[in-house]
Amino acid sequence: MTSNSPEFGAHLAALKALAAQVAAPNAADVDAKSRFPRETIDALQKAKLLSAPVPKEFGGPGYGMRELAALCSTLAQACGSSGMVLAMHYIQVACIARHAQSSEFFRGYLRELVEHQYVLASMTSENGTFGETRTSICAVERKDGRFKLDKDATTGSYCQHADGILVTCRRASDAPSSDQVLVLVRKGEYQLTQTTSWDTLGMRGTCSPGFKLESTGAEEQIIPGSFADSSAQTMVPYSHILWASLWWGIAADAVARAAEFVRGGARKNPGVVPPTANRLAEVSTQLQAMRHNWLALAAEFDSFLLAPTGLQDLLSIGWALKMNNLKINASDSAPQIVHKALQITGILGYKNDSKFSLGRHYRDTLSASLMISNDRIASKSASMLLVFKDN
Amino acid sequence: MTAIDPMTQKIRRILKDHGRLSKDADSLGAESDLYEAGMTSHASVNVMLALEGEFNIEFPDHMLKRSVFDSIASIGAAVGELQGG
Repeated sequence: MTSNSPEFGAHLAALKALAAQVAAPNAADVDAKSRFPRETIDALQKAKLLSAPVPKEFGGPGYGMRELAALCSTLAQACGSSGMVLAMHYIQVACIARHAQSSEFFRGYLRELVEHQYVLASMTSENGTFGETRTSICAVERKDGRFKLDKDATTGSYCQHADGILVTCRRASDAPSSDQVLVLVRKGEYQLTQTTSWDTLGMRGTCSPGFKLESTGAEEQIIPGSFADSSAQTMVPYSHILWASLWWGIAADAVARAAEFVRGGARKNPGVVPPTANRLAEVSTQLQAMRHNWLALAAEFDSFLLAPTGLQDLLSIGWALKMNNLKINASDSAPQIVHKALQITGILGYKNDSKFSLGRHYRDTLSASLMISNDRIASKSASMLLVFKDN
Repeated sequence: MTAIDPMTQKIRRILKDHGRLSKDADSLGAESDLYEAGMTSHASVNVMLALEGEFNIEFPDHMLKRSVFDSIASIGAAVGELQGG
Protein backbone atom coordinates (compact mmCIF):
# COMPACT_ATOMS: atom_id res chain seq x y z
CA MET A 1 0.00 0.00 0.00
CA THR A 2 1.40 3.35 -0.99
CA SER A 3 -0.01 6.83 -0.62
CA ASN A 4 -0.52 6.90 -4.40
CA SER A 5 -2.98 4.01 -4.59
CA PRO A 6 -6.39 4.80 -6.12
CA GLU A 7 -8.12 3.36 -3.03
CA PHE A 8 -6.27 5.75 -0.75
CA GLY A 9 -6.84 8.62 -3.18
CA ALA A 10 -10.59 8.02 -2.92
CA HIS A 11 -10.47 7.84 0.89
CA LEU A 12 -8.41 11.02 1.12
CA ALA A 13 -10.79 12.81 -1.24
CA ALA A 14 -13.75 11.70 0.91
CA LEU A 15 -11.98 12.96 4.00
CA LYS A 16 -11.18 16.30 2.39
CA ALA A 17 -14.82 16.70 1.42
CA LEU A 18 -16.16 15.96 4.90
CA ALA A 19 -13.48 18.16 6.46
CA ALA A 20 -14.62 21.08 4.34
CA GLN A 21 -18.37 20.43 4.48
CA VAL A 22 -18.82 19.10 8.02
CA ALA A 23 -15.78 19.53 10.28
CA ALA A 24 -14.78 23.11 9.35
CA PRO A 25 -18.28 24.66 9.61
CA ASN A 26 -18.78 23.06 13.04
CA ALA A 27 -15.30 23.65 14.46
CA ALA A 28 -16.13 26.95 16.18
CA ASP A 29 -19.28 25.51 17.77
CA VAL A 30 -17.47 22.36 18.95
CA ASP A 31 -14.83 24.64 20.49
CA ALA A 32 -17.27 27.13 22.02
CA LYS A 33 -19.51 24.49 23.59
CA SER A 34 -16.73 22.01 24.39
CA ARG A 35 -18.84 19.35 22.72
CA PHE A 36 -17.97 16.12 20.90
CA PRO A 37 -17.76 16.62 17.10
CA ARG A 38 -20.56 14.11 16.57
CA GLU A 39 -21.44 15.14 13.02
CA THR A 40 -17.81 14.80 11.91
CA ILE A 41 -17.49 11.35 13.46
CA ASP A 42 -20.80 10.33 11.82
CA ALA A 43 -19.41 11.47 8.47
CA LEU A 44 -16.17 9.52 9.07
CA GLN A 45 -18.25 6.43 9.81
CA LYS A 46 -20.30 6.86 6.64
CA ALA A 47 -17.11 7.18 4.61
CA LYS A 48 -15.77 3.99 6.29
CA LEU A 49 -12.75 5.94 7.44
CA LEU A 50 -12.74 4.60 11.01
CA SER A 51 -11.43 1.23 9.82
CA ALA A 52 -8.48 2.71 7.91
CA PRO A 53 -5.82 0.85 9.99
CA VAL A 54 -7.62 -2.54 9.80
CA PRO A 55 -5.68 -5.03 7.64
CA LYS A 56 -7.17 -6.17 4.34
CA GLU A 57 -7.74 -9.72 5.54
CA PHE A 58 -10.30 -8.36 8.01
CA GLY A 59 -12.01 -6.14 5.47
CA GLY A 60 -10.18 -2.85 6.05
CA PRO A 61 -7.80 -1.06 3.68
CA GLY A 62 -4.75 -1.77 5.89
CA TYR A 63 -3.29 1.71 5.69
CA GLY A 64 0.19 2.32 7.05
CA MET A 65 1.47 5.23 9.06
CA ARG A 66 1.92 7.58 6.10
CA GLU A 67 -1.68 7.21 5.00
CA LEU A 68 -3.06 7.55 8.53
CA ALA A 69 -0.93 10.65 9.16
CA ALA A 70 -2.18 12.17 5.90
CA LEU A 71 -5.79 11.58 7.01
CA CYS A 72 -5.29 12.99 10.54
CA SER A 73 -3.37 16.05 9.35
CA THR A 74 -6.00 16.82 6.74
CA LEU A 75 -8.89 16.64 9.19
CA ALA A 76 -7.00 18.73 11.77
CA GLN A 77 -6.75 21.58 9.26
CA ALA A 78 -10.53 21.86 9.57
CA CYS A 79 -10.99 21.01 13.27
CA GLY A 80 -8.16 20.21 15.68
CA SER A 81 -10.36 18.31 18.14
CA SER A 82 -11.75 16.11 15.35
CA GLY A 83 -8.22 15.42 14.12
CA MET A 84 -7.20 14.41 17.65
CA VAL A 85 -10.21 12.13 18.10
CA LEU A 86 -9.47 10.43 14.78
CA ALA A 87 -5.78 10.00 15.70
CA MET A 88 -6.59 8.55 19.14
CA HIS A 89 -9.12 6.20 17.61
CA TYR A 90 -6.55 5.01 15.01
CA ILE A 91 -4.00 4.39 17.79
CA GLN A 92 -6.44 2.05 19.57
CA VAL A 93 -7.42 0.23 16.36
CA ALA A 94 -3.74 -0.23 15.53
CA CYS A 95 -3.05 -1.73 18.98
CA ILE A 96 -5.69 -4.39 18.28
CA ALA A 97 -4.75 -4.93 14.63
CA ARG A 98 -1.05 -5.31 15.45
CA HIS A 99 -1.10 -7.18 18.76
CA ALA A 100 -4.29 -9.19 19.00
CA GLN A 101 -4.39 -11.09 15.72
CA SER A 102 -3.51 -14.34 17.49
CA SER A 103 -6.92 -14.15 19.20
CA GLU A 104 -9.99 -15.46 17.45
CA PHE A 105 -12.14 -13.00 19.39
CA PHE A 106 -10.14 -10.00 18.19
CA ARG A 107 -10.00 -11.23 14.59
CA GLY A 108 -13.79 -11.25 14.72
CA TYR A 109 -13.84 -7.89 16.48
CA LEU A 110 -11.78 -6.28 13.70
CA ARG A 111 -14.31 -7.50 11.12
CA GLU A 112 -17.12 -6.13 13.28
CA LEU A 113 -15.31 -2.83 13.60
CA VAL A 114 -15.15 -2.55 9.82
CA GLU A 115 -18.83 -3.31 9.50
CA HIS A 116 -20.13 -1.08 12.32
CA GLN A 117 -17.38 1.56 12.24
CA TYR A 118 -16.94 1.44 16.01
CA VAL A 119 -15.35 4.42 17.76
CA LEU A 120 -12.57 3.32 20.14
CA ALA A 121 -11.27 5.41 23.03
CA SER A 122 -8.56 4.73 25.57
CA MET A 123 -7.97 4.98 29.29
CA THR A 124 -4.25 4.98 30.06
CA SER A 125 -4.04 7.62 32.80
CA GLU A 126 -4.79 6.81 36.41
CA ASN A 127 -5.03 8.65 39.69
CA GLY A 128 -1.82 7.91 41.57
CA THR A 129 0.51 7.06 38.68
CA PHE A 130 1.28 10.75 38.06
CA GLY A 131 1.06 10.62 34.28
CA GLU A 132 3.30 7.58 33.86
CA THR A 133 1.35 5.42 31.41
CA ARG A 134 3.71 2.49 31.81
CA THR A 135 2.60 1.79 35.35
CA SER A 136 -0.85 0.87 36.62
CA ILE A 137 -2.45 0.57 40.01
CA CYS A 138 -5.69 -1.09 38.93
CA ALA A 139 -5.63 -4.76 37.98
CA VAL A 140 -7.81 -7.02 35.85
CA GLU A 141 -9.35 -9.79 37.93
CA ARG A 142 -10.14 -13.02 36.07
CA LYS A 143 -12.61 -15.66 37.15
CA ASP A 144 -14.41 -18.43 35.25
CA GLY A 145 -13.67 -16.99 31.82
CA ARG A 146 -14.83 -13.49 32.81
CA PHE A 147 -13.01 -10.42 34.05
CA LYS A 148 -13.73 -7.46 36.27
CA LEU A 149 -11.85 -4.22 35.90
CA ASP A 150 -12.30 -0.92 37.74
CA LYS A 151 -10.15 2.14 37.08
CA ASP A 152 -9.96 5.69 38.39
CA ALA A 153 -8.74 7.55 35.27
CA THR A 154 -7.58 11.18 35.35
CA THR A 155 -8.57 11.72 31.69
CA GLY A 156 -10.76 9.73 29.37
CA SER A 157 -10.92 11.35 25.96
CA TYR A 158 -14.38 10.94 24.33
CA CYS A 159 -14.98 7.86 26.49
CA GLN A 160 -18.64 8.84 26.82
CA HIS A 161 -19.01 8.79 23.04
CA ALA A 162 -17.16 5.55 22.27
CA ASP A 163 -18.27 2.02 21.45
CA GLY A 164 -15.30 0.53 23.30
CA ILE A 165 -12.37 1.60 25.44
CA LEU A 166 -8.88 0.11 25.62
CA VAL A 167 -7.84 0.21 29.28
CA THR A 168 -4.35 -0.32 30.69
CA CYS A 169 -4.10 -2.23 33.95
CA ARG A 170 -1.91 -4.71 35.82
CA ARG A 171 -2.03 -8.28 34.50
CA ALA A 172 -3.32 -9.61 37.85
CA SER A 173 -3.82 -8.33 41.37
CA ASP A 174 -0.39 -9.70 42.40
CA ALA A 175 1.51 -8.35 39.35
CA PRO A 176 4.03 -5.48 39.68
CA SER A 177 2.89 -2.03 38.57
CA SER A 178 4.87 -2.23 35.28
CA ASP A 179 3.49 -5.65 34.24
CA GLN A 180 0.51 -4.35 32.28
CA VAL A 181 -2.03 -5.61 29.78
CA LEU A 182 -4.57 -3.86 27.54
CA VAL A 183 -8.22 -4.78 27.99
CA LEU A 184 -11.04 -3.94 25.60
CA VAL A 185 -14.19 -2.97 27.49
CA ARG A 186 -17.35 -2.77 25.41
CA LYS A 187 -20.31 -0.44 25.46
CA GLY A 188 -23.06 -1.94 27.57
CA GLU A 189 -20.54 -3.71 29.81
CA TYR A 190 -19.11 -0.66 31.55
CA GLN A 191 -20.26 2.25 33.62
CA LEU A 192 -18.55 5.63 33.63
CA THR A 193 -18.85 8.08 36.49
CA GLN A 194 -17.46 11.46 35.57
CA THR A 195 -15.11 12.72 38.31
CA THR A 196 -13.70 15.99 36.89
CA SER A 197 -14.66 18.61 34.30
CA TRP A 198 -13.26 19.36 30.84
CA ASP A 199 -13.39 23.14 30.58
CA THR A 200 -10.00 23.73 28.97
CA LEU A 201 -8.14 26.26 26.87
CA GLY A 202 -8.15 24.06 23.80
CA MET A 203 -8.86 20.63 22.34
CA ARG A 204 -12.27 21.19 23.87
CA GLY A 205 -14.09 18.82 21.51
CA THR A 206 -12.07 15.81 22.71
CA CYS A 207 -14.24 15.82 25.87
CA SER A 208 -11.57 14.41 28.20
CA PRO A 209 -12.66 14.67 31.85
CA GLY A 210 -11.71 12.11 34.50
CA PHE A 211 -13.85 9.01 34.92
CA LYS A 212 -14.29 6.12 37.27
CA LEU A 213 -14.73 3.02 35.17
CA GLU A 214 -16.47 -0.14 36.33
CA SER A 215 -16.45 -2.92 33.77
CA THR A 216 -16.82 -6.62 33.17
CA GLY A 217 -16.43 -8.79 30.11
CA ALA A 218 -15.22 -12.04 28.65
CA GLU A 219 -11.61 -12.95 29.42
CA GLU A 220 -10.87 -13.09 25.68
CA GLN A 221 -11.19 -9.26 25.61
CA ILE A 222 -7.79 -9.05 27.29
CA ILE A 223 -5.26 -8.40 24.51
CA PRO A 224 -2.69 -11.23 24.41
CA GLY A 225 0.90 -10.45 25.36
CA SER A 226 2.20 -7.52 27.29
CA PHE A 227 1.38 -3.80 27.10
CA ALA A 228 5.15 -3.20 27.31
CA ASP A 229 5.39 -4.47 23.72
CA SER A 230 2.19 -2.94 22.34
CA SER A 231 3.18 0.36 23.94
CA ALA A 232 6.67 0.50 22.43
CA GLN A 233 5.78 -1.08 19.08
CA THR A 234 2.45 0.62 18.49
CA MET A 235 0.95 3.02 21.01
CA VAL A 236 4.02 5.26 21.32
CA PRO A 237 4.96 5.48 17.62
CA TYR A 238 1.33 5.84 16.46
CA SER A 239 0.72 8.51 19.11
CA HIS A 240 3.77 10.60 18.42
CA ILE A 241 3.63 10.42 14.63
CA LEU A 242 -0.14 10.92 14.32
CA TRP A 243 -0.21 13.66 16.96
CA ALA A 244 2.67 15.46 15.23
CA SER A 245 0.80 15.20 11.94
CA LEU A 246 -2.40 16.70 13.36
CA TRP A 247 -0.60 19.46 15.28
CA TRP A 248 1.05 20.28 11.96
CA GLY A 249 -2.43 20.32 10.37
CA ILE A 250 -3.62 22.94 12.87
CA ALA A 251 -0.46 25.02 12.34
CA ALA A 252 -0.81 24.65 8.56
CA ASP A 253 -4.34 26.05 8.65
CA ALA A 254 -3.10 28.99 10.74
CA VAL A 255 -0.41 29.69 8.15
CA ALA A 256 -2.97 29.29 5.34
CA ARG A 257 -5.11 31.99 6.98
CA ALA A 258 -2.07 34.24 7.36
CA ALA A 259 -1.13 33.63 3.72
CA GLU A 260 -4.63 34.57 2.58
CA PHE A 261 -4.33 37.75 4.63
CA VAL A 262 -0.99 38.59 2.97
CA ARG A 263 -2.33 37.92 -0.52
CA GLY A 264 -5.28 40.20 0.19
CA GLY A 265 -2.87 42.97 1.14
CA ALA A 266 -0.74 42.36 -1.94
CA ARG A 267 -3.74 42.61 -4.26
CA LYS A 268 -4.54 46.06 -2.93
CA ASN A 269 -1.14 47.35 -3.94
CA PRO A 270 0.41 45.32 -6.79
CA GLY A 271 4.11 45.90 -7.26
CA VAL A 272 4.81 46.29 -3.56
CA VAL A 273 5.62 43.21 -1.49
CA PRO A 274 3.76 43.71 1.80
CA PRO A 275 6.01 43.64 4.89
CA THR A 276 3.91 40.77 6.28
CA ALA A 277 5.10 38.64 3.33
CA ASN A 278 8.55 38.44 4.89
CA ARG A 279 7.04 37.07 8.08
CA LEU A 280 5.09 34.57 5.97
CA ALA A 281 8.32 33.44 4.27
CA GLU A 282 9.90 32.94 7.68
CA VAL A 283 7.06 30.93 9.18
CA SER A 284 6.75 28.76 6.08
CA THR A 285 10.28 27.42 6.70
CA GLN A 286 9.30 26.25 10.17
CA LEU A 287 6.05 24.74 8.89
CA GLN A 288 7.95 22.78 6.23
CA ALA A 289 10.53 21.50 8.73
CA MET A 290 7.77 20.36 11.04
CA ARG A 291 5.98 18.52 8.22
CA HIS A 292 9.06 16.74 6.96
CA ASN A 293 9.92 15.50 10.44
CA TRP A 294 6.71 13.46 10.82
CA LEU A 295 6.64 12.50 7.13
CA ALA A 296 10.14 11.02 7.37
CA LEU A 297 9.42 9.12 10.58
CA ALA A 298 6.11 7.81 9.22
CA ALA A 299 8.00 6.47 6.20
CA GLU A 300 10.69 4.97 8.44
CA PHE A 301 8.02 3.30 10.58
CA ASP A 302 6.35 1.82 7.49
CA SER A 303 9.70 0.56 6.21
CA PHE A 304 10.34 -1.25 9.52
CA LEU A 305 7.34 -3.42 8.84
CA LEU A 306 8.94 -4.70 5.65
CA ALA A 307 12.13 -5.75 7.47
CA PRO A 308 12.33 -9.11 9.28
CA THR A 309 13.77 -7.41 12.39
CA GLY A 310 11.26 -4.58 12.22
CA LEU A 311 9.31 -5.28 15.38
CA GLN A 312 12.57 -5.63 17.32
CA ASP A 313 13.90 -2.37 15.87
CA LEU A 314 10.87 -0.57 17.29
CA LEU A 315 12.01 -1.69 20.75
CA SER A 316 15.44 -0.04 20.39
CA ILE A 317 16.60 2.99 22.31
CA GLY A 318 17.53 4.68 19.04
CA TRP A 319 13.92 4.57 17.82
CA ALA A 320 12.56 5.62 21.22
CA LEU A 321 14.80 8.70 21.10
CA LYS A 322 13.54 9.55 17.61
CA MET A 323 9.94 9.36 18.81
CA ASN A 324 10.71 11.53 21.85
CA ASN A 325 12.50 14.09 19.69
CA LEU A 326 9.59 14.20 17.22
CA LYS A 327 7.07 14.73 20.01
CA ILE A 328 9.05 17.51 21.66
CA ASN A 329 9.89 19.23 18.39
CA ALA A 330 6.36 19.08 16.97
CA SER A 331 4.65 20.17 20.17
CA ASP A 332 7.03 23.10 20.62
CA SER A 333 6.80 24.14 16.96
CA ALA A 334 3.02 24.10 16.53
CA PRO A 335 2.14 26.97 18.93
CA GLN A 336 5.22 28.91 17.77
CA ILE A 337 4.01 28.70 14.18
CA VAL A 338 0.49 29.81 15.15
CA HIS A 339 2.01 32.67 17.14
CA LYS A 340 3.95 33.80 14.07
CA ALA A 341 0.83 33.52 11.91
CA LEU A 342 -0.94 35.75 14.42
CA GLN A 343 1.75 38.42 14.05
CA ILE A 344 0.89 38.45 10.33
CA THR A 345 -2.89 38.66 10.61
CA GLY A 346 -2.72 41.11 13.51
CA ILE A 347 -6.00 42.12 15.12
CA LEU A 348 -8.09 40.21 12.54
CA GLY A 349 -6.50 36.97 13.73
CA TYR A 350 -6.99 38.00 17.33
CA LYS A 351 -10.73 38.45 16.80
CA ASN A 352 -12.84 35.36 17.37
CA ASP A 353 -15.38 36.20 14.68
CA SER A 354 -13.17 36.96 11.67
CA LYS A 355 -12.25 34.58 8.87
CA PHE A 356 -8.62 35.05 9.89
CA SER A 357 -9.34 34.10 13.52
CA LEU A 358 -6.52 32.09 15.11
CA GLY A 359 -7.65 31.78 18.73
CA ARG A 360 -8.80 28.16 18.46
CA HIS A 361 -5.62 27.15 16.63
CA TYR A 362 -3.49 28.80 19.28
CA ARG A 363 -5.36 27.26 22.20
CA ASP A 364 -5.52 23.80 20.58
CA THR A 365 -1.77 23.68 19.92
CA LEU A 366 -0.96 24.75 23.49
CA SER A 367 -2.13 21.30 24.59
CA ALA A 368 0.64 19.61 22.59
CA SER A 369 3.51 20.05 25.04
CA LEU A 370 1.28 19.04 27.94
CA MET A 371 -0.35 15.82 26.73
CA ILE A 372 2.45 13.58 27.98
CA SER A 373 4.51 16.40 29.40
CA ASN A 374 7.54 17.40 27.39
CA ASP A 375 9.54 17.63 30.62
CA ARG A 376 8.82 13.98 31.36
CA ILE A 377 9.80 12.94 27.83
CA ALA A 378 12.97 15.04 27.90
CA SER A 379 14.10 13.46 31.17
CA LYS A 380 13.60 10.00 29.65
CA SER A 381 15.66 11.04 26.62
CA ALA A 382 18.36 12.42 28.92
CA SER A 383 18.54 9.06 30.64
CA MET A 384 18.67 7.09 27.35
CA LEU A 385 21.43 9.35 26.00
CA LEU A 386 23.65 8.07 28.80
CA VAL A 387 23.93 4.75 26.96
CA PHE A 388 23.05 5.66 23.35
CA LYS A 389 26.13 6.32 21.19
CA ASP A 390 24.46 7.25 17.86
CA ASN A 391 26.96 5.03 16.04
CA MET B 1 24.98 -20.74 32.71
CA THR B 2 24.85 -21.65 36.40
CA ALA B 3 24.52 -19.65 39.58
CA ILE B 4 28.19 -20.04 40.44
CA ASP B 5 29.34 -18.44 37.19
CA PRO B 6 31.03 -15.17 38.32
CA MET B 7 29.59 -13.18 35.40
CA THR B 8 26.06 -14.25 36.28
CA GLN B 9 26.71 -13.36 39.92
CA LYS B 10 27.80 -9.87 38.89
CA ILE B 11 24.74 -9.48 36.66
CA ARG B 12 22.47 -10.53 39.52
CA ARG B 13 24.12 -8.02 41.84
CA ILE B 14 23.68 -5.23 39.27
CA LEU B 15 20.03 -6.18 38.83
CA LYS B 16 19.62 -6.13 42.60
CA ASP B 17 21.21 -2.67 42.85
CA HIS B 18 19.66 -1.04 39.79
CA GLY B 19 16.87 -3.18 38.30
CA ARG B 20 14.20 -2.08 40.79
CA LEU B 21 12.72 -5.56 40.55
CA SER B 22 9.73 -6.54 42.59
CA LYS B 23 11.40 -9.90 43.34
CA ASP B 24 14.82 -10.85 44.70
CA ALA B 25 17.23 -11.09 41.72
CA ASP B 26 18.67 -14.30 43.21
CA SER B 27 15.29 -15.99 43.00
CA LEU B 28 14.94 -15.38 39.25
CA GLY B 29 15.68 -18.06 36.70
CA ALA B 30 18.22 -17.33 33.96
CA GLU B 31 15.40 -17.06 31.43
CA SER B 32 12.88 -15.19 33.64
CA ASP B 33 11.48 -12.03 32.03
CA LEU B 34 12.99 -9.10 33.89
CA TYR B 35 10.37 -6.66 32.62
CA GLU B 36 7.60 -8.89 33.94
CA ALA B 37 9.55 -8.95 37.21
CA GLY B 38 9.06 -5.18 37.44
CA MET B 39 12.07 -3.67 35.64
CA THR B 40 11.01 -0.42 33.95
CA SER B 41 12.69 0.96 30.85
CA HIS B 42 14.13 3.71 33.05
CA ALA B 43 15.63 1.15 35.41
CA SER B 44 16.97 -0.83 32.44
CA VAL B 45 19.11 2.18 31.43
CA ASN B 46 20.73 2.15 34.88
CA VAL B 47 21.33 -1.59 34.51
CA MET B 48 22.98 -0.95 31.12
CA LEU B 49 25.21 1.76 32.61
CA ALA B 50 26.22 -0.44 35.54
CA LEU B 51 26.99 -3.36 33.18
CA GLU B 52 29.13 -1.10 30.97
CA GLY B 53 31.02 0.07 34.06
CA GLU B 54 31.38 -3.36 35.67
CA PHE B 55 32.55 -5.23 32.58
CA ASN B 56 34.35 -2.30 30.93
CA ILE B 57 32.33 -2.65 27.74
CA GLU B 58 30.17 -0.41 25.57
CA PHE B 59 26.89 -1.74 24.22
CA PRO B 60 26.61 -0.71 20.56
CA ASP B 61 23.28 0.96 19.69
CA HIS B 62 21.91 -2.11 17.89
CA MET B 63 22.11 -3.99 21.19
CA LEU B 64 20.18 -1.31 23.09
CA LYS B 65 16.84 -3.01 22.80
CA ARG B 66 14.47 -4.83 25.02
CA SER B 67 15.26 -8.37 23.88
CA VAL B 68 18.94 -7.99 24.87
CA PHE B 69 18.09 -7.02 28.44
CA ASP B 70 14.98 -9.08 29.12
CA SER B 71 16.65 -11.93 31.04
CA ILE B 72 19.83 -12.75 32.93
CA ALA B 73 20.74 -15.24 30.19
CA SER B 74 20.36 -12.73 27.36
CA ILE B 75 22.36 -10.10 29.25
CA GLY B 76 25.07 -12.70 29.89
CA ALA B 77 25.15 -13.60 26.18
CA ALA B 78 25.47 -9.93 25.19
CA VAL B 79 28.21 -9.22 27.71
CA GLY B 80 30.02 -12.39 26.64
CA GLU B 81 29.81 -11.38 22.98
CA LEU B 82 31.28 -7.94 23.70
CA GLN B 83 34.07 -9.42 25.78
CA GLY B 84 34.89 -11.59 22.79
CA GLY B 85 34.11 -14.72 24.73
